[in-house]
Amino acid sequence: MIEVEHLTKSYGQARAVNDISFKVEKGEILGFLGPNGAGKTTTMRILTGYLPATGGTARIAGFDVFEDSMEVRKRIGYLPETPPLYPDMSVSDYLAFVARIKGVEAADLPKRVEEAMRMTNITDRKDWLIKKLSRGYKQRVGIAQAVVHNPDVVILDEPTVGLDPTQRNEVRNLIKGLAGEHTIILSTHILSEVETTCDRVIIINKGKISAIDTPDNLTKQLKGGERVKIVVRGEADGLRSALEDVEGAKAVEVESHEHDDALSVTVDSELGVDLRGRIAAKVVGSGLELLELRSVSLSLEEIFMQLTTEEKPTEEKAAL
Amino acid sequence: MKGILAIFRRELNGYFVSPIAYIVIGAFLVAAGFVFSIILSSVMQYAMMAQAQAARQGAPPDIDVPLQVIRSFVGFIGTYVLPILMPMLTMGIYAEDRKRGTMEMLMTSPITEIQIVLGKYLASLTLFVVMLAPTLLYYVIVGAYSDPPLPWRIVGSGYLGLFLLGAVLLAIGAFISSLTENQIIAGVVTFVLFLTLLFIDLSVRDSSSPVAEVIKYLSILQHYQEFSQGVIDTTNIIFYLSGVVLGLFLTLRSLDSMRWRRA
Repeated sequence: MIEVEHLTKSYGQARAVNDISFKVEKGEILGFLGPNGAGKTTTMRILTGYLPATGGTARIAGFDVFEDSMEVRKRIGYLPETPPLYPDMSVSDYLAFVARIKGVEAADLPKRVEEAMRMTNITDRKDWLIKKLSRGYKQRVGIAQAVVHNPDVVILDEPTVGLDPTQRNEVRNLIKGLAGEHTIILSTHILSEVETTCDRVIIINKGKISAIDTPDNLTKQLKGGERVKIVVRGEADGLRSALEDVEGAKAVEVESHEHDDALSVTVDSELGVDLRGRIAAKVVGSGLELLELRSVSLSLEEIFMQLTTEEKPTEEKAAL
Repeated sequence: MKGILAIFRRELNGYFVSPIAYIVIGAFLVAAGFVFSIILSSVMQYAMMAQAQAARQGAPPDIDVPLQVIRSFVGFIGTYVLPILMPMLTMGIYAEDRKRGTMEMLMTSPITEIQIVLGKYLASLTLFVVMLAPTLLYYVIVGAYSDPPLPWRIVGSGYLGLFLLGAVLLAIGAFISSLTENQIIAGVVTFVLFLTLLFIDLSVRDSSSPVAEVIKYLSILQHYQEFSQGVIDTTNIIFYLSGVVLGLFLTLRSLDSMRWRRA
């Protein structure tokens, strides 16, 4: 449904989007994840035909976003970062206006407006002026605006920004409900959001794609192993070598605490190897007090941090 | 066409759900009413003096009151009232859309920029006509008591002139509005520009140097004078229409440049 190849956008010397390529299948929800200024909004604006790309191509439903912009625009719904609302219009008038400029036929118009309000659950506010609505309702009107012409592709830029946790959940469920019928791209810098809503994630940083995969695979791929954290107290001179001797252990790191005499130790191992029992036996066997023992897996947030911080040195080298 | 109509309807509704249209129309009608009654009474006074003088000298009075009233009224409104009020109608046309983020929605919808520009322009022009129309009532009232009868042809040409002048001011104001997201800046810049045009016009009005002739030719107010004197010259109509086209064209270019500017 969406094919992006070597897309680049430069502003003078700066590259907001640097040679990114990806594909999105019909009915998929793709998440763009990255810090502010990573190029998420720019990429979306290119896909919607708002900004022209400097290089590369992007196709939506087979139409080039630049060459056949009008055909593309008929097939996409777009929610920019600030919902594009007219505060003095009522919800239903506003949606009817958007439907009209999106080319919905007059005969289908009332039906489409009803449908969009039903999908986003705002029918009870249809006669309200938009300026009287709460933040959460405004966001939903913004989403209704993006789906009112029943587009193939829905592009949502930070759809949950500025909402409270309850509203955020509602919007996420709403987005999940749209999938299947619509292909969805959404951007966010909140990790739990892509974990719960997206089929696939693109991690984007400084205009480049750092990773593309399913949230599950990303976690696995980057985890590359298991990690056990323990806290012990006592004479710990031989602890490191003792733990390194444990069968299956790959790397051991010991860290002393400043405020007490306890030590924190992390032990990494191969994926699927559970070391907890062996480590516990070893620690207790060497006469130390075992205060704490837990297995940790890297969350997507850590992966995200890892990706975006690992990127730095190479970037700097490239600049030199 | 459907796109233009959709934009037109929304913009026109937009004027009437916000207080701005009511304030501007109200202010205009108050100002126009004052101006009309002052002009009417002073022309009458002058006419009576002229009549008294003429009676003493035995010659018929040489003053056409209705003609003088129309000329002065249309001239004053066009020269002083419109340049002050029009910026208030145009300042938000694009600036507000840019600020609200609705411009991005319009520009990612399957409508062309020409449709956006024309829809918005026609809406502002319609509002202007709605604002101007009630003043025609003055002539209906005065016309009933007028002797010699009211020269409707001059009323017509005077109002055609007002309409064309307003059309140019709206097109220029809309262009300035498209350059910024700040309505106040757009309004002030438009206002200063209109005042400058007025001052330039006033300063060359009595001069006949070659430079003054060129400025006179380009002055939007100079061409206006002829309309208020009952002369409908196609040159003047073409001059104003060119002004409108230029304003709309610059607006189009300005919208287009938004796509190339850094967000």
